[in-house]
Amino acid sequence: MGKTGDSGPPQGGAPAFPEIRSRALARWHKLWDSGKPLILVGTATCGRAAGAMEVLRAIKEELGRQDLDCSVVEVGCMGHCYAEPIVTISKPGYPPICYGHVNEVIAGRLVREFIAGDDPCLEFVLGALEENELVPSFSDFPRARFERRIILKNCGYIDPTDIDHYLARGGYAALAKALGMPPEEIISEVKSAGLRGRGGGGFPTGEKWETCLRSPGRPKYVICNGDEGDPGAFMDRAILESDPHSVIEGMLIAGYASGARHGYIYVRAEYPLAVARVRTALRQARKLNLTGKNILGSNFSFDIRLFSGSGAFICGEETALIASIEGKPGIPRYRPPYPAVKGLNGKPTVINNVKTLACVRHIIENGAGWFAGIGSGKSKGTAVFALAGKVVSTGLAEVPMGTTLRQLIFDVGSGITGGKRFKAVQVGGPSGGCLPESALDLPIDFDSLQAAGAMMGSGGMVVLDEDDCMVELARYLTEFTQRESCGKCTLCRLGTKQMQEVLGEITAGKGRPGDIDMLIELAEDIKAGSLCGLGKTAPNPVLSTLRYFRDEYEVHLKEGRCPALMCRDLIAYYIIPERCERSCDACVGTCTMEAISTDKKRIKVIDQEKCVKCGTCLDACPPQYSAVVKLSPPDRVPA
Amino acid sequence: MTAEQTHIERETGKVLSRMGRKKGDLVPILQQLQQRLGYLPRQAMAEIARSLNIPEMDVYGVVTFYNQFRLTPPGRHSIRVCLGTACHMKGGYITLDAWKRRLDIGPGEITPDREFDLDTVACVGCCAMAPVTVVDDKAQGEVTPTRVDGILLPFQPEKEKEDGKDR
Repeated sequence: MGKTGDSGPPQGGAPAFPEIRSRALARWHKLWDSGKPLILVGTATCGRAAGAMEVLRAIKEELGRQDLDCSVVEVGCMGHCYAEPIVTISKPGYPPICYGHVNEVIAGRLVREFIAGDDPCLEFVLGALEENELVPSFSDFPRARFERRIILKNCGYIDPTDIDHYLARGGYAALAKALGMPPEEIISEVKSAGLRGRGGGGFPTGEKWETCLRSPGRPKYVICNGDEGDPGAFMDRAILESDPHSVIEGMLIAGYASGARHGYIYVRAEYPLAVARVRTALRQARKLNLTGKNILGSNFSFDIRLFSGSGAFICGEETALIASIEGKPGIPRYRPPYPAVKGLNGKPTVINNVKTLACVRHIIENGAGWFAGIGSGKSKGTAVFALAGKVVSTGLAEVPMGTTLRQLIFDVGSGITGGKRFKAVQVGGPSGGCLPESALDLPIDFDSLQAAGAMMGSGGMVVLDEDDCMVELARYLTEFTQRESCGKCTLCRLGTKQMQEVLGEITAGKGRPGDIDMLIELAEDIKAGSLCGLGKTAPNPVLSTLRYFRDEYEVHLKEGRCPALMCRDLIAYYIIPERCERSCDACVGTCTMEAISTDKKRIKVIDQEKCVKCGTCLDACPPQYSAVVKLSPPDRVPA
Repeated sequence: MTAEQTHIERETGKVLSRMGRKKGDLVPILQQLQQRLGYLPRQAMAEIARSLNIPEMDVYGVVTFYNQFRLTPPGRHSIRVCLGTACHMKGGYITLDAWKRRLDIGPGEITPDREFDLDTVACVGCCAMAPVTVVDDKAQGEVTPTRVDGILLPFQPEKEKEDGKDR
């Protein structure tokens, strides 16, 4: 893979774009239409965590054993993370079929029975990529009605390490078109498309570019902010791993429109695969003169460097990110001046999020009117969300702005796992908020979520059910911001510490009357006394949980009880003797602390002194007995 | 100069010779050196400061600001427990406790035999597989306390074999 990209014509020879493209198309068609079966294996980070590399090896070994001629291509993430590892097989005579939850055994069977034989192993099918008579396609899924894939279009279908795949799917055509337009025209196109920053801020992208173009100082820069630090968010990781060229193309167009000469892609350290994929993509783009000097024969020159972050959440803030590239600790500075006026090395700098840049090529290709026709009100286009937590279909979803939370969680995400009841959704990471059931019919856009006390943030959505304690969640998120505070502003540094301690005491059952008022007071002070977004939004999780779940705080405070049975200091595990089945030893064997013993009547008993409350016994107890229960407060355990 | 110091000097020199000398090159220099040495010894930080013509404190300030840099050598195997929101709510803190008990060390520490180092990580973006533990750069999904023992199992014979060789 990546062969053509590596053996492209020498630099300076400036191959014409149609030539580059037709060669890519020829290779793409050869791959898909040569009559040879084709196997795609999703090997993005989520796939690998589920065992995709082992599946890939098993497929290759089995193909070798069977002596079969078949192309195997590694692709990115389709967004169906709940079903990883995912394998797609395209065999002549069949539609391309996607298989989910593939393991090494299933992989071997797919090769023997479908590639060698003619049984498409329908029992493992997830869906087909196109409509057909044989198996249901993804477009038949209920979620398809709500989804609209624009920037995720290529994810999971192309080899991210092969630039020809991207080119064959229409890639870099927008760049070629943009280079024939005056920069002002591109800016006005992006402005009238209504594109707003996808990193959470929602600032109009076209205005940023225009400010940079008009600001004095050279050289100007474009930075792609891939420092996706929000825990619970992984959209940028998936895009950088699955379709890195779409971001590079967006950067090139941004650079051309804003008069920039250099670009940086800033990827966080925790994403080693994204770093590797971007590095490969940049090398291939350079080979084809899609970056570098006189791009595609024009007089536009632009180079892009990869900058790997070093593990600091605050570097997602644009001025901190710039400080980090300059070799300093990532400490934010006061704005204005905004980076578009005075940014990297004091020069005008455009900083855009990964998804914002990935939108650009589609706007140039299809026109501002097309983009503005998607979405709602002042929020145009689509939004990409990462669904995680207690939702059935975890993974990525791209929906038009204005889709409701209910549609996203229940229709796209297929509802709550284990038949539990929905409690809240944590939107926008540590800066966002928790929204309850009553907010589910809110349309998802920049403004509605803010009004409800959350924010869109970068698009992470963690779904919570009845077993999740909102006070503990607020404590966790406050602890996170406290740890990641750079320490510049006193109230952010120390105020969050105070909040964390108060919340820690409440979740430990040691809360005092007046704690809630203290939290609210601290929250207001931290908001007012912090310079950057991290501090200004740090109290949001506490404020939003107080707004919607105040009763849970009160129960912790007044009764020393955790209603969700989550806070470990306030619960105990107990085996109900009447329900315990004498012949079953499931809990005894799984207890990692050897805290469970069998009494004379062969009833199991938990030694509360030894128990670390890990919950393994609860999971192990067969559902027909359900003898293990959690009790709160812990003194409810009979002596 | 001990063999260790000579090694550090040589590796630092190699990295510095390939990189620029601007302050903006500091973070990439530190990253590359840590990749080679596994950590950033004081001697190397001093050498980098000299080479970039900046105060040693500026180098130390950057190293201690970012979570990724370490001041002590890592263990042979690294265990990083993800504590992102999804992992936390699905019991990542319980998994962390299990690692602490099994390895008998806390986050940021190394076992006395230098086999394992334990740390937490903000979020590795595998939220769909929560709770996640990254073992030697491989993200492992759905790591519950029982799986902690399972993950440690294959390391045991490896260790015993090594010990046998030493004897």
